[in-house]
Amino acid sequence: MPSQTPETPCEFNPVSTPDYLQEDQLRALQLQRLRTIIAHAYENVEHFRNRCKENNLTPDSLKTARDLAKFPFTVKTDLRDTYPFGLFATSMKDIVRVHASSGTTGKPIVVAYTQDDINVWANAMMRSFAACGLHRGDIIQNAYGYGLFTGGLGAHYGAEALGATVIPVSGGNTDRQIMLMKDFGTNAICCTPSYFLHMIERADEMGLSIKDLPIRAGVFGAEPWTDSMRKHIEELGNIKAYDIYGLSEIVGPGVGMECVHQDGLHIFEDLFYPEIIDPESGEPLPDGEEGELVLTTLCKFAMPMIRYRTRDITSIMPDRCACGRTIRRIRRIGRRSDDMFIIRGVNVFPSQIETGLLNVENTLPHYQIVLTRTKGLDNIEVQVEVTAETFSDRISEMEALRKRIETAIEKIINIRVAVRLVEPNTIPRSEGKAKRLIDNRKEE
Amino acid sequence: MKIQQLSIFLENKPGHLEAACKTMADAGINLMTLNLADTCEFGILRVIVKDPEGAKSILEKNGFTVKLTDMLAASVADKPGGLLSVLSALSKADVNVDYMYAFAYRKGDAAVMMIRADHPDIALNALTAAGVTLLSRKELLEDA
Repeated sequence: MPSQTPETPCEFNPVSTPDYLQEDQLRALQLQRLRTIIAHAYENVEHFRNRCKENNLTPDSLKTARDLAKFPFTVKTDLRDTYPFGLFATSMKDIVRVHASSGTTGKPIVVAYTQDDINVWANAMMRSFAACGLHRGDIIQNAYGYGLFTGGLGAHYGAEALGATVIPVSGGNTDRQIMLMKDFGTNAICCTPSYFLHMIERADEMGLSIKDLPIRAGVFGAEPWTDSMRKHIEELGNIKAYDIYGLSEIVGPGVGMECVHQDGLHIFEDLFYPEIIDPESGEPLPDGEEGELVLTTLCKFAMPMIRYRTRDITSIMPDRCACGRTIRRIRRIGRRSDDMFIIRGVNVFPSQIETGLLNVENTLPHYQIVLTRTKGLDNIEVQVEVTAETFSDRISEMEALRKRIETAIEKIINIRVAVRLVEPNTIPRSEGKAKRLIDNRKEE
Repeated sequence: MKIQQLSIFLENKPGHLEAACKTMADAGINLMTLNLADTCEFGILRVIVKDPEGAKSILEKNGFTVKLTDMLAASVADKPGGLLSVLSALSKADVNVDYMYAFAYRKGDAAVMMIRADHPDIALNALTAAGVTLLSRKELLEDA
């Protein structure tokens, strides 16, 4: 009879075995899988085959992993241009599921999975949960949206594969989330970091403290967040906040995950092949150097992605993690090459604004950046919600607060900003991805 | 002798003041007096109501940022210079008036000034010592 009690947590979870492959074995496995997937894509995806032919490449051009750099990149517009099924590499008979992006800018992008692909994804997600110390017997509340978005189902199948108990609550209905968290004794939650902050706030209003609940870990992803935000979440919620990385184009969540050391995200390299390139020239960069992350799916057959440009800026960490995993880590992604905005000739990332805000007490990270242009001059306005803690009945104190925030941001980005204090809940709360930047500058 | 005032943060945009007032109207809250401080971007609506705690929780439930502040309700003779005795008592005690406004109803022959002092307790002692009548919650609100 199977044991009804949770297994004792231990440092090493057997499901993580592939994370510890010997390096030469891992490289050999990657090369073999690269060859297979490139041949598969070449044979079945016209778009990829044509690109290869333009560059006089065939699958045989890949002799070593280094040769991958000769192959053309895939970019997001390739997925839009071939909407909906143009990059599928197997017949519909073998495709068991599709997911799609929200399509906030025009047509959505569509991705597909065979049953084997789904299993590979569940394996990556299972290893992600194991990496942050979750195991069979844990109750995992999955507050990623179920549906076309990959977050919900991705985390769901991974948690089940781990043997954990999944609460498939999906996103939204914060009061119910908090009730379940309390009544079921949730051990871990999956959602965006900003949504969890929203839950903490809401629980407070309900007279509950998430600090006092059994929840010990958060698997947070789907939007960039800073270390200061992590510290904030860990203090307010009395949990460990782990960063998970993934994108629908590659598989969904579970491409990379922090281990308990919280020092970079391990990429599941036997399944996803990482490269770092110079975003301007496209040239590969050595480990340790910062650039754009490019990923190739090694085990995904319904829709293989060869050298997909993620637009995420990071670096591969050259040294071995203290946890003993041999799969390499990337640094946490603080910015995206397309999130960056240029204002008065200066490159600014939303994460820098966030760091400034977190230097002013109690300005919770509910903020939005609005760019406008008047008479050829760019202006940056940062909207910040007023909280019960920052609100005063005196105008002078409110003006002083505004000034303090402005100064804190200006210190970091060296540009004048205008802070606008706004009412609570006026900035859309993210249950998917937070929209931090609104660019209203018209081309003149 | 302190009276609680409810302050509500508002953006200075059409409809925002209305939304706050509607929330209170729907909950059957009567505004005994109100005062609106504004900058070009935001405003602070300050109101005196019979049940400030209850109003606070209703407004918070509806997503407003609110705060309770201690105020003094000073009875002021309704004649030229009536306010001066109040102000001179405060300045002698080195108390700063952050803002003040008139209560909407007269109390007998006198007007009532709602005073927000930087140090409410010192202000209270100074005014009492100077013989200024400070109204209690009950006196201010019950028969208004």
